[in-house]
Amino acid sequence: MARLDSPRYTILFATAVCVVCALMVSVAAVSLQPRQKANARLYMEKNVLLAAGLVKPGQDVSIGQVEKFFEGDVKARLVDLATGELAPEGKIDARAYDQRSARNEPGTSRAAPANNAGIGRLPKYGVAYFVMKGGEPQQVVISVEGLGMWGTVYGFMAIDRDGQTIRGLTYYDQKETPGLGGEIGNPAWQALWVGRRAYDEKGAPAIRVIKGQAGPADKDPHQVDGMSGATITSNAITRLTLFWLSDDGYGKFLKRFRERGMG
Amino acid sequence: MNKHHREALLAPILANNPIGVQVLGICSALAITTRMDKAFVMTMGVLLVTMLANVAVSLVRNHTPGSIRIIVQLSIIASLVIVFDQVLKATLYELSLELSVFVGLIITNCIVMGRAEGYAMQNPPLASALDGIGNGLGYGLVLMLTAFIRELLGAGKVFGFVVLPLAKDGGWYVPNGMMLIAPSGLFIIAGLIWLLKTIKPELQDKE
Repeated sequence: MARLDSPRYTILFATAVCVVCALMVSVAAVSLQPRQKANARLYMEKNVLLAAGLVKPGQDVSIGQVEKFFEGDVKARLVDLATGELAPEGKIDARAYDQRSARNEPGTSRAAPANNAGIGRLPKYGVAYFVMKGGEPQQVVISVEGLGMWGTVYGFMAIDRDGQTIRGLTYYDQKETPGLGGEIGNPAWQALWVGRRAYDEKGAPAIRVIKGQAGPADKDPHQVDGMSGATITSNAITRLTLFWLSDDGYGKFLKRFRERGMG
Repeated sequence: MNKHHREALLAPILANNPIGVQVLGICSALAITTRMDKAFVMTMGVLLVTMLANVAVSLVRNHTPGSIRIIVQLSIIASLVIVFDQVLKATLYELSLELSVFVGLIITNCIVMGRAEGYAMQNPPLASALDGIGNGLGYGLVLMLTAFIRELLGAGKVFGFVVLPLAKDGGWYVPNGMMLIAPSGLFIIAGLIWLLKTIKPELQDKE
């Protein structure tokens, strides 16, 4: 079949295959994007609840249940990171606020002060989710992110009303090596943070992931077990956690939270 | 359904099992068989992709220039896998995060490409579709069996339901941690291959 092997036909055929395949992929990607975005948001909000200990790891949570939490005991607010003050409610919808795109927009972000956590830009506002009980905040969930080994890792950390004790932690979007650094996504490792203390006596951020095993939370409050074979990820987590606890991150806000709650 | 079609569908399930006999698609079988729900979604992915890729390749088989046939097959397969991944992200988001790269790696799953080149290039669309389903089922059979053993012994569960109550939750079963890491997958699959070749000695390699 000479016709099939002619260069002209081969190029035409290859072009046709490419066009058909490209069309198929783009139609699927574009038409499914709204649902994927909704899923990603639901997953993110579920992780806020996970960090706060309101849902258990592995538990199935429906959109309805997440809505119920966010309409009830969980109050999403925005924090002006530079001052630590809460942004007035109503100006920006805190639940719809997308911290990732805000940090990339020149109008809603600024260059981050020099840091070793791989954070280039800081958004003006950071999210804070208050977990209420009887009208009083019990804990607050803040967003933490930074450069891991293979890319940016995104997580949430829940801090007790004392502005000090860590109540929970999740990493919900990360590309660390599965089985090694990827263990930051493992609920068993995340549970090791619970009950440890974020700041030392002088009020400086003081929690780190160490090499090897840390003691129990009450005896060894500022250290967390390292992940074997994942020194780079462990150190990255230490650096980014210290950054977000510092005054460049949520430090000022957490001080206010300790002294005045939501006021 | 004539004899030819029946054979295309049924032979790959046992007699010519892609993992057990053709020894294709082992890597993904090690990675995603810690839980049955993961194995099931992966099975569906490979089944659908193999079937649709076979049909598409078969439809254009008489028009495909021989010099670019492999890349044509690959484009078709890759597009189907991306579509499947997109659908998964829109429907089973958390499962898609856990399957992570392995859905994308269906592209390189030797079964899909092997069937496109080895079968669909020579056979009409209907037979090719059945061959794709058959191979998907054959792959899935090994996957589900492996996942069943690993999930049961490693976590005391079947499809996420507790069958053997774990000692740490007040039950009696102490799970076998090895079942949750990749080597156990190889032990089980190697065991299944050995079993299959012992039951059917005609499958053994001639010296």
